[in-house]
Amino acid sequence: MKSARRRPLHAYTLTVLTATITRIDRSAVHDGPGVRTVVFFKGCPLRCEWCHSPETQAASPAIALYHERCIGCGSCMAACTNAAVTFVDGRHGVLRSRCRVCGECGDACPSGAREVIGRVVSVDDVMDAIERDVVFYDQSGGGVTASGGEPLLQAPFVEALLKHCRERGIATAVETCGLAPSGALLSVAPWTDLFLFDLKLMDAVRHRRVTGRSNRQILYNLRLLASRHRNVRIRFPLIPGVNDDPENLAATGAFLSSLGVTQLDVLPYHRGGVAKYERLDRQYALLDLAAPSAEEVDGTIAALTRHGLDVRIGGLR
Amino acid sequence: MNARVERLRESSLRTAPSVSAERALLLTEFYEHAGPWSPPMMRAMAFRHLMERKTVYIGAGELIVGERGPEPKATPTYPELCCHSLEDLDVLNDRDKISYRVSGEVRAAYRERVIPFWKGRSMRDLLFAQMTDAWKAAYDAGVFTEFMEQRAPGHTVLDGKIFRLGFRAFQAEIRHAIAALDDLADPRAYDKREELRAMHVSADAIIRFAERHAERARELAAAESDAVRRDELERIAEVCGRVPAEAPRSFHEALQAYWFVHLGVITELNTWDSFNPGHLDRHLYPFYRAGLGDGTLTEEAARELLECFWVKFNNQPAPPKVGVTAAESGTYTDFANINSGGLTADGADGVNDLTYLILDVIDEMRLLQPSSNIQVSRKSPDRFIRRACEIVRKGWGQPSIFNADAVVEELLRQGKSLADAREGGTSGCVETGAFGKEAYILTGYFNLPKVLELALNDGVDPATGRQVGAPTGELAAFDSYDAVFAAFARQLRHLVEVKMTGTNVIERLYATRMPAPFLSILIDDCIANGRDYNDGGARYNTTYIMPVGIATVTDSLSAIRCHGFERRGVTMETLAAALRRNFEDDEVLRLRLWNKTPRYGNDDCAADAVLASVFDAVFNAIDGRPNPRGGEYHVNYLSTTCHMYFGSKVGATPDGRHAGEPVSEGISPVQGTDRRGPTAVLRSAARLDHTRTGGTLLNQKFAPEALQTAADLDRLVSLVRAYFALGGHHIQFNVVTAATLREAQADPERHRDLIVRVAGYSDYFCDLTKALQDEIISRTEHSVV
Repeated sequence: MKSARRRPLHAYTLTVLTATITRIDRSAVHDGPGVRTVVFFKGCPLRCEWCHSPETQAASPAIALYHERCIGCGSCMAACTNAAVTFVDGRHGVLRSRCRVCGECGDACPSGAREVIGRVVSVDDVMDAIERDVVFYDQSGGGVTASGGEPLLQAPFVEALLKHCRERGIATAVETCGLAPSGALLSVAPWTDLFLFDLKLMDAVRHRRVTGRSNRQILYNLRLLASRHRNVRIRFPLIPGVNDDPENLAATGAFLSSLGVTQLDVLPYHRGGVAKYERLDRQYALLDLAAPSAEEVDGTIAALTRHGLDVRIGGLR
Repeated sequence: MNARVERLRESSLRTAPSVSAERALLLTEFYEHAGPWSPPMMRAMAFRHLMERKTVYIGAGELIVGERGPEPKATPTYPELCCHSLEDLDVLNDRDKISYRVSGEVRAAYRERVIPFWKGRSMRDLLFAQMTDAWKAAYDAGVFTEFMEQRAPGHTVLDGKIFRLGFRAFQAEIRHAIAALDDLADPRAYDKREELRAMHVSADAIIRFAERHAERARELAAAESDAVRRDELERIAEVCGRVPAEAPRSFHEALQAYWFVHLGVITELNTWDSFNPGHLDRHLYPFYRAGLGDGTLTEEAARELLECFWVKFNNQPAPPKVGVTAAESGTYTDFANINSGGLTADGADGVNDLTYLILDVIDEMRLLQPSSNIQVSRKSPDRFIRRACEIVRKGWGQPSIFNADAVVEELLRQGKSLADAREGGTSGCVETGAFGKEAYILTGYFNLPKVLELALNDGVDPATGRQVGAPTGELAAFDSYDAVFAAFARQLRHLVEVKMTGTNVIERLYATRMPAPFLSILIDDCIANGRDYNDGGARYNTTYIMPVGIATVTDSLSAIRCHGFERRGVTMETLAAALRRNFEDDEVLRLRLWNKTPRYGNDDCAADAVLASVFDAVFNAIDGRPNPRGGEYHVNYLSTTCHMYFGSKVGATPDGRHAGEPVSEGISPVQGTDRRGPTAVLRSAARLDHTRTGGTLLNQKFAPEALQTAADLDRLVSLVRAYFALGGHHIQFNVVTAATLREAQADPERHRDLIVRVAGYSDYFCDLTKALQDEIISRTEHSVV
């Protein structure tokens, strides 16, 4: 993993396809059937307020700080060649305006308190990680999921990766927010066994307010995909007060029914991502929002079911 | 479970273990008046003396009868092996964990009769007197432990013979063997005759023991006012009047026959890892099917009998242990580990209807003893593994899961026949053996991190300044990783040889002075060979040494290679000085070593390659060397609680571990350092060549909330299948949350029922030492499957 990041860019010729990813999770179980390896691509066009993986939003790498691990030893300061390391209250921080994300401080840190989020990889690099767990995919009906971030922002790479998987008999899934050029979506579709397609809000204005972008292209893409691909599951992040109102649930049900898409996973909002914002020195917008109660989740499921959908609870518990 | 079973189970759980002096007094009385018999005859006569006189106990409501002590949980002692001092008895009585009540009477009996007779004459005294200075130095330094110091060799498992034949038939076999002896053609005929006569006397003793139970049951029946219980007691009398003298005819007789045999083995000597019936589902299946067929048995009756049988195991805490033995195996469990599933001798799937009933019993009983495991082969149905995983996810540590195909492969490599290998299985924690045909004796744990420490200190133990190992150089002077590794390998071979010189003497001491004629009846081919179990009479004779801390050594070597010679960030002088100071004022270095070393358990090829090289060095030092019983030494990776004791004897290690902290257990990664999820751990563990071991132990901990749904269970089954497809030997799951464990630690009274898998066995969490509790909490908690 490390060696891949440290490899200078010029080590790849122009003909080698590369992508920027945040990490590769093995033994994952929430993003498709069986035991899976999930590749998290970096960069996302949306800025959802509730996002639990903010480190994947920006396309470019950044330093994440695990403040609780820092012992204030100064190793990072000594390693930094650009005076981008700070020292406040016994803990080292980062001056993000100066930081060039070279990663030297992370290498030097003895306690694992600094980590570069985002590294450049080739298809071979990723395949090396994927192929390690083939026996587990075989036994569990699992496979690979391209997730993010938004994998379709790096569609040529995803297409090549999934093609490799298909050639090796490894099942594939793509988890997308849906906001990408339609051509990108269609380019990976032939190599994708399962799409996990996010559908957050039906109203374009409200969608723009909480994600920063309109949902017009998303809905267009979903309609397009539903007409071309047999295996699309909808992922519905249940954010209390944001998208669990009857109007939105009804509109969601009506839209999906019109597409003939019936499989939907409800992903109840959780606060698992709060610490990640701190690591990036970012503010979390929804500090006051509590996770939905079991009754609220059940109510939403019941409403969606009434609209003709086959609903399951998914995601992190 | 029904009301009867619930009552018996409750009572077994409630009764506190105590020390009984009955056996010690009977034995002392016997030896005071013993005739000039040969060693086997002496032991047989002693056994008969015990079985004819020890208290016969039949408890209220019991269906399966017989206790090792005078009552449930009253644990006998074995002064001929290890004579407890008065201080030992006080320790047993007073210690916090794994204590045994010692009454004033027991203390007085020891003071007046037992100690005066046995002091200086026990096997423990004899064997320590025979050990060389080099052995004693290594033993004191914590390089290895010695199993036979307080307990007899044993460690074997029954095949199906007692379910087909009674002891009268065994006696006929023995008489036949005696008749065939020819003193002219066979110069050892005298020894064999003595041994065979001893077996014959021992068979009489077990038959008499059963008859005494029949008599007692009849007395109780006569005095019983409740008609239902009177009928039961009469049935018990009938059963005990028949088995084990004759072959069992029914399910009830089969269980009772085994139980008498079990009591015989664990009364004759305090064999390590008690004894167990092996493939119980297979042995009992003919009786089960016949009983259901002719209407003499129902599934409910079979379940009740099995559950009564389960309680009997739980009534027998391990013999009280002191000193190093208590540290290496700090538990009440005596490691009777019942196998389910597996393969039949002709290679067919061994799972039957009774297998599922036994899994139900395991699920309902939730007892520390007997321990249980499932043997999974390629042919095993998913339903079988799934049912076991349903029990596993309840979080009390049973059953553990074995790869039956790997077990067969391991046994074949060791030279067993295919049929014997398929009828084999695993016992104790994870030990592979040919059931009914092999004496596979464990001789002690071996402290690999201590070997590394000595290798880096020219053989001198930094803790004491004593020369314990061979002079292999100083860490600061090594100029390459290969030189470091060569020093480790040389030190390892040296210390293994020190251990073996001791073990070989101890095996001869047991062969000549402490034979086990009763156990010898049960294990092929002791009768045919006219030789004792302890003297190489069995068809196969293995001596196992169990290396502990392979992950700690792997990560330490990996740290030296990575930081010292590849990245060159740390000089050997710096490292040596830091280790000497236990990383005092060197926290930055320690953290670097701890966090930035390629570690085993993360599917990291560099670290796993180091693991393979350590594995090979251990294998080459031990495997295939001859033992005194005509067999060979083999390697077995388990640690019970010894990784705690060994850790306490090892200074700071190059992987960033502080002095005194536990070393790694089994083949599990160093606690808390596997950070890439279970598939990475399994891939790393499978890089070890399990076929060249006699068992490996891998612990995986899961949070219960990760195992709630049917899909979760399917994934657990698939993880097992995948690990076994990669060649893994064994895996066990600890399904608890760290939060629960911390609660239990803070408030033990409310968590007494909490059973966790410690290593190759499960134990009550609250009975563990604080340090071990902490260690279990710190084991990486995987919350993804």
